[in-house]
Amino acid sequence: MGDWKTVTVPVLSSDSKNIFQYTSEKKMSPPSLNTQVLRLPLPSSKSMHTFFSAFCTEENIEQSISYLNRELTTLGFPSIYAESKGKELNLISVINCMNELLVLQHKNLRAQEEVEMQHLKLGSDMDHLQNCYAKLKEQLELSKREIVGLQERDRQLQSKNRSLHQLLKNEKDEVQKLQNIISSRATQYNHDMKRKEREYNKLKERLHQLVMNKKDKKIAMDVLNYVGRADGKRGAWRTDKTEARNEEEMYKALLNDYEQRQKQLLMENAELKKVLQQMKKEIISLLPPQKQKPKERSEDGPVLSDLEEDTGELNKENMWELSCETVREQLTNSIRKQWRMLKNHVEKLDNQVSRVHSGALNDKDVISREDHELETEKLELEIQQCKEMIKTQQQLLQQQLMSPCDDDTTLLLQDCYLLEERERLQEEWRLFREQKKNFEKERRNFTEAAIRLGLERKAFEEDRGAWLKQQFLSMTTDYKHSENMTTASAFLGSSDQDNRLMNSTSQQRKPHCTLSIPIPAEPCQTSQCISHNSSDAASKKPAGDKKPNQWEESDKEETE
Amino acid sequence: PLVDEHSFVFAFGQASCVQYRLVIRDVNTLQILQLYTCLDQIQYIEWSSDSLFILCAMYKRGIVQVWSLEQPDWHCKIDEGSAGLVASCWSPDGRHILNTTEFHLRITVWSLCTKSVSYIKYPKACQQGIAFTKDGRYMALAERRDCKDFISLFVCSDWQLLRHFDTETQDLFGIEWAPNGCVLAVWDTCLEYKILLYSLDGRLLSTYRAYEWSLGIKSIAWSPSSQFLAIGSYDEKVRILNHVTWKKITEFEHPATITNPKTIVYKEVEKSPSVDAERLSFPPRALASSLFSTQSKYDISQVPVSLQYVKPIADRANPKIGIGMLAFSTDNCFLATRNDNIPNAVWIWDIQKLKLFVVLEQLCAIQSFQWDPRQPRLAICTGNSKVYLWSPAGCVSVQVPMEGDFQILSLCWHSSGDSVALLSKENFCVCYLEREEVK
Repeated sequence: MGDWKTVTVPVLSSDSKNIFQYTSEKKMSPPSLNTQVLRLPLPSSKSMHTFFSAFCTEENIEQSISYLNRELTTLGFPSIYAESKGKELNLISVINCMNELLVLQHKNLRAQEEVEMQHLKLGSDMDHLQNCYAKLKEQLELSKREIVGLQERDRQLQSKNRSLHQLLKNEKDEVQKLQNIISSRATQYNHDMKRKEREYNKLKERLHQLVMNKKDKKIAMDVLNYVGRADGKRGAWRTDKTEARNEEEMYKALLNDYEQRQKQLLMENAELKKVLQQMKKEIISLLPPQKQKPKERSEDGPVLSDLEEDTGELNKENMWELSCETVREQLTNSIRKQWRMLKNHVEKLDNQVSRVHSGALNDKDVISREDHELETEKLELEIQQCKEMIKTQQQLLQQQLMSPCDDDTTLLLQDCYLLEERERLQEEWRLFREQKKNFEKERRNFTEAAIRLGLERKAFEEDRGAWLKQQFLSMTTDYKHSENMTTASAFLGSSDQDNRLMNSTSQQRKPHCTLSIPIPAEPCQTSQCISHNSSDAASKKPAGDKKPNQWEESDKEETE
Repeated sequence: PLVDEHSFVFAFGQASCVQYRLVIRDVNTLQILQLYTCLDQIQYIEWSSDSLFILCAMYKRGIVQVWSLEQPDWHCKIDEGSAGLVASCWSPDGRHILNTTEFHLRITVWSLCTKSVSYIKYPKACQQGIAFTKDGRYMALAERRDCKDFISLFVCSDWQLLRHFDTETQDLFGIEWAPNGCVLAVWDTCLEYKILLYSLDGRLLSTYRAYEWSLGIKSIAWSPSSQFLAIGSYDEKVRILNHVTWKKITEFEHPATITNPKTIVYKEVEKSPSVDAERLSFPPRALASSLFSTQSKYDISQVPVSLQYVKPIADRANPKIGIGMLAFSTDNCFLATRNDNIPNAVWIWDIQKLKLFVVLEQLCAIQSFQWDPRQPRLAICTGNSKVYLWSPAGCVSVQVPMEGDFQILSLCWHSSGDSVALLSKENFCVCYLEREEVK
């Protein structure tokens, strides 16, 4: 690559050399100028001078002109002579020729530039391609080396694999051998065991014989008295009948057990079938009906009708009676199909959802966030407004409470009023508490009184009854006189009681003392106090309402 | 030897034996009702099914003595003489006694009603060779003739041989009836994982083999409804078979680390004993006992929990590995298991969900556990003086208030579920449980 660079440089230097060569060669060979003129870039001013003075001198003007003419005519330019022969120059044609020559020169220069540009481009392209080529060559080398390495590794692994396989086979063979050894040893042991057992059995037999032969009177049972059987029955002889009966009983027991098991299994089966039916119905309902039908049609047309028939049939008849193979298979197959369809459907929905979710995820978020922000802004505004309102209200309140600075008296009065108000309230609270206590006391008294009154009334009624009886009995003599007396006293007594009750129980009402009968002093006083208290209690309102209270009090006083 | 083991069967009364003496107490008051003296050290006692008689077996002398509760002066003595005695049990009707003679030469059926005696030859010398159905109608007996295993089914009412068939086992290890009395489970020695299910009429219903060569079945349990058969094996797993297809429906693993966050793990922790100054008084005995028997309570451990794992000794027979204890609760909802590698833990599985529900981690190794016959309540004892109760509502550790050492080795519920007897080597005590009022 470096070679290329160095090649380009000598061209220039050769050019510069050529320039000097021209100057030296000019004198010798004018025709050789042709070739060299084309290769020359813009001639420098220095060379130009020497060049121009070299060609035409004062001596060889004619020669040079004729030479030029010859050259120009050969190049296709019109002659520069005025006429075909003669020595006069046609100035116009000379100028034209010059112009043409200049134009030609320019064109050639441009062409040269272009060519050189292309040359450079090609040179750089060439460089680039050579670089690429070198790189690719390197890569190729690398990959070749890699391949070789990998092949080597592959070979190693394969050989390892083979060796492991071989090991495995060896191990398996060994295991098999060991198993064979074990089994052969086991059979040997079994054989030996059997031999020893036979010997042992012989010994046992011998021993048994000896034992039995001894006729040991000791082998006996000594029992006080024989016990009855547990079930109270007598022992029976073993006969064929009993044998048959035993067999029968055994088979009965077995059959019972089998029947029970079968019942259980049938029940389980019926339940499972019911569950399957339900599942089928639910699956059918879950599946979208449009998708179902075309699929059914495309896959298995007759099956749908069969399914419908099945569902119809199986729903109508008793399912647990149909336990034959075909029906069972139909049911399970249909459920399997439905389930598969449902699964596909669900998978499709899942895919859809995931696609939609991933696609519209950002938008959703953005929208919701915006909404959220709007809402929060709104709420904040509201909060601000509320706060301001609260502030203004507080201010107003304070203003109201605090009077304006110029009206000091009203302020003082209001202060005093507040104090007074507070004191009054406290007073009233105290009174109220007192009242409450009094009320409680009185209530207790009144209940007692009521009880007493009730009792007295009862007694009185009884007395009255007795009196009336007496009256009836002694009617003629004391009739009118005693009656008047008793009724009057009765009325008095009762009115007294009634009054007392009325005065004590009714606190709020203004006691209308319509009765002309003298009211006993005590209840009146208490009622007065009560009314006073009640009026006080009622006057918890602010001072403005004092008047009605006073009015009430005065009213009471009037009535009393 | 100082004392003998105690054996209990709760019925009306409660019997315990101390060397030669048989003591019968009332369950509610523990008052001694009867006292009998036997001829030799008693090894085994059993109530008859109607709770009228008790048999006391003395294996050394080869004698079985039967006592009556109604008539204290009634006596019965069965002497096997030179035949020897290895095991003895009642028949379900409560009137016959089956004695297994030494070397399993024969089984003698003695009748208390008649003078008849029956002999059954070639009984199989295995752990569970005799099995009665729950209703007491049939008896299955494992036999072995000419190095082959057989099963004989007898009708208990007249001892008629109903069925006799051979089983495809190498060396039958045990038989057990399903609670519904229609299926008999027969399983092979632990060298072969094989369990066979036979119907009452002798037909083979199904065979189940989980794997080959490794040690196989260690214990089995039927669920009370006969719906499930739980098989505990030496590979630390429980496999549950269902009664419809007799195929495995699930496997329960017992790893040493519990990671499922839905499992509740209760861990027993000791409460630091608070010794008040007032308690430091004479006699110091009381203090000593309270010092030695520290209170404990349960804490809930956060999952993941790693349990104490005991690596079994590899080259010994009958390794302490695998599921050695299995029990279904009576309401069929829970299964309690113990993995012998992790001897301090009880695993309680929820059968309705077929998942591990609760793990109880104790401080000492579990000796035994038993479900309450009435409700889903599990009583556990670990060899110390505490009894532990678990129910779905929670679990509690109860200290037995006894002076000195009381190491509870086994326990036994009363059939009413109101009390549980706690047995140590020399003593026993009865724990009464208050019944909650159901409004």
